[in-house]
Amino acid sequence: MTFILDVIFLAMLVVVAISIVRLRSLFAIVMLQGVYSLISAAWFVSLDAVDVAFTEAAVGAGVSTVLMLSAMLLADRRSAPVPASRQLAPLFVVVIVGIVMLWAVPDLPAYASPDSPVNTGVGADYIDTTWKDAKIPNIVTVVLASYRGYDTFGEVVVVFSAGLGVLLLLGLNGNAGRWRATPTGRQLYPKAAPSARVSARTQPETGSGRTKATALETRRTRVIGGGS
Amino acid sequence: MNPHIILRVVGKFLIPLIATFALYVQFHGEVGAGGGFQAGVIFASAVILYALLFGLDAAKRAVPPSWVRIGMTLGVLFYGGTGVVTWLLGENYLSYDILGPVAYKGQHYGIIAVELGVLFAVASVMIGIYYAFGSRQPDLDDEDW
Repeated sequence: MTFILDVIFLAMLVVVAISIVRLRSLFAIVMLQGVYSLISAAWFVSLDAVDVAFTEAAVGAGVSTVLMLSAMLLADRRSAPVPASRQLAPLFVVVIVGIVMLWAVPDLPAYASPDSPVNTGVGADYIDTTWKDAKIPNIVTVVLASYRGYDTFGEVVVVFSAGLGVLLLLGLNGNAGRWRATPTGRQLYPKAAPSARVSARTQPETGSGRTKATALETRRTRVIGGGS
Repeated sequence: MNPHIILRVVGKFLIPLIATFALYVQFHGEVGAGGGFQAGVIFASAVILYALLFGLDAAKRAVPPSWVRIGMTLGVLFYGGTGVVTWLLGENYLSYDILGPVAYKGQHYGIIAVELGVLFAVASVMIGIYYAFGSRQPDLDDEDW
């Protein structure tokens, strides 16, 4: 039964992946990436990897889709078609990598095999010692937070530095309208970013004439120049 | 009439539930699936959903950007600080056994403290990244999508 489910999920993944490759509309691609993550999460559940499925559903289908959408605010709506001559090198790399991965498949242990390295080595030790050490039913939590506490600390620092990098580059409040973009002749920039209105409201003394003027604009500014 | 009225009504109903579910995932993580990372992402998605439905300004009034800066720093310091506490108590860095009267109790306390740090860091960073990208441009009109 689960085997049929696995095949169905994998087939859906292939279909979604092919349509992502063939689409040009970035909005549809971002949405399909969320669909891809959701199907992956369902597949992980059928593989009994509930923690991984949970993370995939929350991070892949939820937050990263929204972050991609918010990044799309700064980009164009469609991707430019890539000429066939520039697709040859990526195709070559993909074929080579695919052959190498297929070559490695016979060396993989069978699914849920009790003789696999995962189930005979350190994994079995964790199952034995977790209850004695911590008396916590979820082995994954103990492994992540206690046995591999250093790794998880490193991951938190990575997340922190990712956030720090974004905040240093973009700023938590935008740039109050100083930054402008005209992708493919369409002017996307407003007179001021929405954060300028917030800062003009909360700190009146810093509001220059320009930000005050935009604070008065209740309607969203929408400038479309030229024909795209 | 706002075209998003149904989304907003459903969102107002769902956002508290999502935030509560994040806390459930956080504090139930040692029994069921999930932990600080998942809880942080779920909580951040509650705030981001609010920002999507009611606008970035409203979200920034609900969760001010200064909280984001403080939260992401506090999270890392909380995690690292737990290690420093075990250190000062005479154990190795991040060895939680010393934190409680019995070793397994110490593991419980240590894991809860560490997961709280993860929750703060992940939730703040996710919200912060959304604020950073979303603040660059005004909200788009519907036909622009």
